[in-house]
Amino acid sequence: MSTPDAAAPLLVVDDLHVSFSTPQGELRAVQGVSLTLELGKTLGIVGESGSGKTVLSRAIMGLLPRQSTTQTGSVRYRGEEILNAEPRALRRLWGTQIAMVFQDPMTSLNPVQRIGHQITETLKLHLKLGKDEAKETALSLLMQVGIPFPVERYDSYPHQLSGGMRQRVMIAIALACAPRLLMADEPTTGLDVTVQAQILDLLSTLQRDRDMAMILVTHDLGVVATRTDEIIVMYAGNVVERAPTKVLFSQMSMPYTEALLRSIPRIDNPSHTRLVAIEGRPPDLINPPAGCPFAPRCPYAQNKCHNEKPPLVEGTAPGHSYACWFPLAAPEPAEAVVGSGVR
Amino acid sequence: MTDVINPQTTSPLPGAVVTPTDNDEHGAAAPKRLGTFFWICAGWITLITLVAIFANLLPLPNPDFQNFAAPQNGAPGWGHLLGTDDLNRDIFSRLLFGSRVSLVVGFGGTAIGLILGGIPAMLSGYRRGRVDTFLSTASYAVLAFPALVAVIAIGSFWGHQLWKITLVIGLFSSPLIFRIIRASTLTYASRDFVMAAKALGASDRRILAREILPNLMPTIISFGLIAVASIIVLEGTLAFLGLSVPPPTPSWGNMLNEGAALLSGGPGQNNAWLVIFPAAAMFSLLFTLNVVADKLRSYLDVTEVKL
Repeated sequence: MSTPDAAAPLLVVDDLHVSFSTPQGELRAVQGVSLTLELGKTLGIVGESGSGKTVLSRAIMGLLPRQSTTQTGSVRYRGEEILNAEPRALRRLWGTQIAMVFQDPMTSLNPVQRIGHQITETLKLHLKLGKDEAKETALSLLMQVGIPFPVERYDSYPHQLSGGMRQRVMIAIALACAPRLLMADEPTTGLDVTVQAQILDLLSTLQRDRDMAMILVTHDLGVVATRTDEIIVMYAGNVVERAPTKVLFSQMSMPYTEALLRSIPRIDNPSHTRLVAIEGRPPDLINPPAGCPFAPRCPYAQNKCHNEKPPLVEGTAPGHSYACWFPLAAPEPAEAVVGSGVR
Repeated sequence: MTDVINPQTTSPLPGAVVTPTDNDEHGAAAPKRLGTFFWICAGWITLITLVAIFANLLPLPNPDFQNFAAPQNGAPGWGHLLGTDDLNRDIFSRLLFGSRVSLVVGFGGTAIGLILGGIPAMLSGYRRGRVDTFLSTASYAVLAFPALVAVIAIGSFWGHQLWKITLVIGLFSSPLIFRIIRASTLTYASRDFVMAAKALGASDRRILAREILPNLMPTIISFGLIAVASIIVLEGTLAFLGLSVPPPTPSWGNMLNEGAALLSGGPGQNNAWLVIFPAAAMFSLLFTLNVVADKLRSYLDVTEVKL
């Protein structure tokens, strides 16, 4: 294992593959994902259920079970390789360097421990704070995440709190030891729409104030539109489009990204407008199709799409890349841009 | 009834701000209550326990003292509160001293069962895999042994001292405790909060002790008390067969044994009191243990929201 390097980017993921062994065969959940994240930036990972985004985020953290998965490639945190690292080395990073906010605040808090106890637990474990110091820090954290009556809430049990409040508590726990990288895996999926916006705004504010890096995993392009610096769109374990947020929305090249955007209901649609759904289902990850994984559901698919898998190619704008033979709004097929040698 | 109306209590003073009653719980659920019945039952168990501990200090005749001045198999009366047995011994004194055997075997056996069964069960349910396969198979192997027969067999060559009986019964109650705690551990080990604790850098030992164990406590306490009750029955059975702590040490089981032999005796030989009192004592202890176990289970379950 290499030593931490201050000059290295905070997180570099290089050609990460994750597969699960199932009775039916190898399930290739993540197939060659690369990404870089700098301190203070927010990265959005977008895709529908089963696209591999949750597996990707857990693989980056090293939370996947070792026995049943095969993980290859590289995940470097500040230059230190953490993929398949010793549990002891990972435990040193977890909480203090990398922390995670989980999907379902209803189940990710221990039901029989008081809120305060759950926050002070990590403070005592990592920062070796005393009882009073830990309590003071916990109360200030509860205040920072916008929990009213923090003193009373400190002694509450999770079931006495609403979903939004619980997610705030989860955020407080994740932030307790001031991590540099926060992974938020669908942090608002179980919450009401109005509460969703509050939680996302809270995450953005905290991320800015603390100059953290954040990975926001979601199925909702609307969620990442205003809160991220860069977006990765995943489909069937592959990155199908990657771009700085502004570029993505102005020069969307992958039909899947477009389909995702179209499936968000819009407030300015007339009443009774049918919500656009993406036809079909995500492909089988055990026996993936030969061509572009999205081809069977793609309205623009042609013969080539069904037979050859498109590589991730550079777009015209800096930092933009996509995997499509016939990108949207581009006059020429992708190979014309980067040359015909790619397969 | 008078028609006097006090204006100060019927209408607020002009300009007075009516404040709603301050709810400092901020919407928290009403606290659960254990109820009077629970406290009566818990009080009875406590009383029996205290009496067992301090039996020597009570103004009682020695349980082995044969009072030849009193009649043999005497009825309850002032000299001997609950009467005397076949050997002119005081039944009340023997009953109180006899509770020691039941309580030591019951609570001691459960404690041993919890240690021998509970700790492997948590490991088994949390780690799964080979550890689980091995420990589960071992638990089935012990479970397949008829416990009563095994305890009798071991007792016959190892002896019938109190601590030996306790240890053997504890050993044979551990597989059942193992099955129950393993099953609950399994359900908690796969929950998100365990993953969340892991992602915050908690070690396996910490997760087991701080995250999973508190969730198991309601099960452990309520099932533990029921185990205490069934072990007391098991010891009673052994004693009734004359295979527990040997006489003259009093125990409820061997008092029943002695009394049952006398039930069919002729006049002056018949002593129903020697059966009724230990049976009532055992019944009251088992009944209250079960009530307390049941009430505690729902009380300790903090996640059960009261609607």
